[in-house]
Amino acid sequence: MIRPGAPGPPDPPAAGAAPPGRGAIARTNPVAKLLVSLLISLVLLLTVDVVTAAAALALECLALPWCGLGARALARRAGALLVAGGSAGLVAALVGVDGGAQLAAVGPVTVTQGSLLSGLAVVARILAIGLPGVVLVATTDPTDLADGLGQVLRLPATPVLAALAALRLFGVLAQEWQDLAHARRARGLGGGGPVGRVRDVLGQVFALLVIAVRRGTVLAMAMESRGFGAAARRTWARPSRLRPGDLALLAGGAAVALTATAAGVAAGTWRLLLG
Amino acid sequence: MASDPGDAGRPVAVRARGWGWRHATRTAWALAGVDLDVAPGERVLLLGPSGSGKSTLLAGLAGLLDGGPDGTGEQAGELLLDGVPAREARTRAVAAGTARTGLVLQDPLAQTVLARCGDDVAFGLENHAVPPDRIWPRVDAALRAVAFPYARDRPTARLSGGERQRLALAGALALRPGLLLLDEPTAMLDPEGAALLREQVVAVLAATGATCVLVEHRVAPWIALVDRVVVLAPGGGVIADGAPDDVLAARGAQLAAQGVWVPGCPALSPPRPAAGRSAGPSLLCARGVAVRRPGPPAPAVRDVDVDVHGGRITCVVGPNGSGKSSLALALGGLVTPAAGELVAGPALARGLGPQPARWRPRELVTRIGTVFQDPQHQFVARTCADELAVGPRRAGLADAQVRERVADLLDRLRLAPLARANPFTLSGGEQRRLSVATALATRPRLLVLDEPTFGQDARTWAELVRLLAGLRDEGTGIVAVTHDEALVDALADDVLRLRAGRPDVDAVPAAGRAR
Repeated sequence: MIRPGAPGPPDPPAAGAAPPGRGAIARTNPVAKLLVSLLISLVLLLTVDVVTAAAALALECLALPWCGLGARALARRAGALLVAGGSAGLVAALVGVDGGAQLAAVGPVTVTQGSLLSGLAVVARILAIGLPGVVLVATTDPTDLADGLGQVLRLPATPVLAALAALRLFGVLAQEWQDLAHARRARGLGGGGPVGRVRDVLGQVFALLVIAVRRGTVLAMAMESRGFGAAARRTWARPSRLRPGDLALLAGGAAVALTATAAGVAAGTWRLLLG
Repeated sequence: MASDPGDAGRPVAVRARGWGWRHATRTAWALAGVDLDVAPGERVLLLGPSGSGKSTLLAGLAGLLDGGPDGTGEQAGELLLDGVPAREARTRAVAAGTARTGLVLQDPLAQTVLARCGDDVAFGLENHAVPPDRIWPRVDAALRAVAFPYARDRPTARLSGGERQRLALAGALALRPGLLLLDEPTAMLDPEGAALLREQVVAVLAATGATCVLVEHRVAPWIALVDRVVVLAPGGGVIADGAPDDVLAARGAQLAAQGVWVPGCPALSPPRPAAGRSAGPSLLCARGVAVRRPGPPAPAVRDVDVDVHGGRITCVVGPNGSGKSSLALALGGLVTPAAGELVAGPALARGLGPQPARWRPRELVTRIGTVFQDPQHQFVARTCADELAVGPRRAGLADAQVRERVADLLDRLRLAPLARANPFTLSGGEQRRLSVATALATRPRLLVLDEPTFGQDARTWAELVRLLAGLRDEGTGIVAVTHDEALVDALADDVLRLRAGRPDVDAVPAAGRAR
């Protein structure tokens, strides 16, 4: 274990530019992963029905073994998603529009077949939308994503790279947040009631913003001094293009979206939201 | 390389005539009336008090100041690189695929652009539209030129400050600039990191023959490297220009008074410590203390035994990453030790429990004052006067008393003219004085300072030394975490050396005077 800041032996070269994790999907171009996530989200946002969402979720789960994430890593990263999905589903089941046979009742709160189904639909939908995003974030290096956005999607390089640099600055700010908390205790702040605590946190957020602006200004100078934003054209040191595997992932994503929608339509549960 | 545009790496000639710059948000000119000629390959050290616009001149030379209608300020006179206005020179160079200037700034954390070292160096080459197949050989060459110890895919987040500065230097070098601009590149490094970076700069200049304009407060380590010293007056104009020895002989005293670290100047000799003092009461006693920081599973520092007494100054020294700052957090009652015992003596606890980390913030400030390395972390108010009032108010003092203490501190630390100024707008030295004053406002028995002299000019340094000596003589216990050996020589009664998170048992025993 090499401490940050301590001199140490050179790192062994990583396998290509592959992010942590192994698996065919993990190694695909980040743009392909992003497009698949967006496509599946879009299809699921069109409708709230249990069949479409469950079908999409089932198909996604079939692809999970190729995502390069171990069960534990997946559980850790998807934990928030499970909590959000579970609680939203529970609320939908308890207070959702009733219909069909009543299954349980406590006072005015009833759980019926209808509300239970809508609860399940909510859970499946949140998980089916969230899962590709979790995989995308867990298996993608931000630099590689920026390379893909600039070269594959041909988005304007300046905002893409500015966002990437800002992202790195966020890592620095996480440490600053810790330092600020200690520094403010040293000034005698904190330890008050709930109202005082809210005020303290707001003050700390403001201080962090001031520091972020200051560091951002220096970073912008450093970037400009290396020619950032001055030329109409730039090259990319790390070529990013779509390969057959990426096209296969896109095709697979499209298949998931189509199959899920077809299942929902066939079952008669597919209904266009706000349609 | 023959295939590169002809300008690559050719040393740049600088010419300024009546040049000046005013930031759009300010009414005063940052600097004005600068006349300067730098011959190709010349190495110039730029001196002047803080606020004399040295950094602005470097930014101007780098072509980063836009005085146009959509620009960030107003320009006067002319600033030419090889006869071309600096901003135009930059634009032309980017289009031609090679930079005329390379700039290295002071703050190591703020100037790393990307997450992997190789990518960070490649960033400038991409912006200059260098073909991808030629980028990586140039990245590797630049990393070799600064003797970078890691592979390209090393995460930048794991670099030390000194390594980050070398990476920034490599990022500038990869563009083969004919003019290297260095804005206090070693001000935030420990002595070892600073020495290494200086070596790399010397080697790079010898290899490239590039022109160099350098801003630094600490003159001595750089003096052998430069051909010429140029002194800027506050507000503008060049007041001295010539060979280093001549300028320092003629202007040394004046420069020292302005805060420049002039070699061998008497202003730096520390005050004599009060003789024959006996140690005050025990304030803090640490036995086997370990401190863990969020993230790494191993403690940042462990097995520390230290006794802090009133009226004595304990210096904690060691290279970056040795765990000094983590120990300071524990001694300041800001984090709970992960192991061991840290006990406050009755003279410090004054009726509270023995563990400072358990004290409430308002109780802590009247007992232990901690001054952080970065003063801005501790600023919580809109004006300097309010800033000083925060602690006493939290401690529950009456308004009249608060006003009295604020007025007293403003006077003592020469901050009275700045009472209504926003703390964030002060200069580095003023911010340092204010942050020390905020800690003193609640009259703590123990003062913990983390790198108090870091990046400070000679004048602020001398003021701090006098102030700390005075506090010691009044009976305050002081712990200073520092890698400033001059500060240790001037003040330390006890020295605790840390290395790689443990007390350095091989170190020469503390050069402390007998109690």
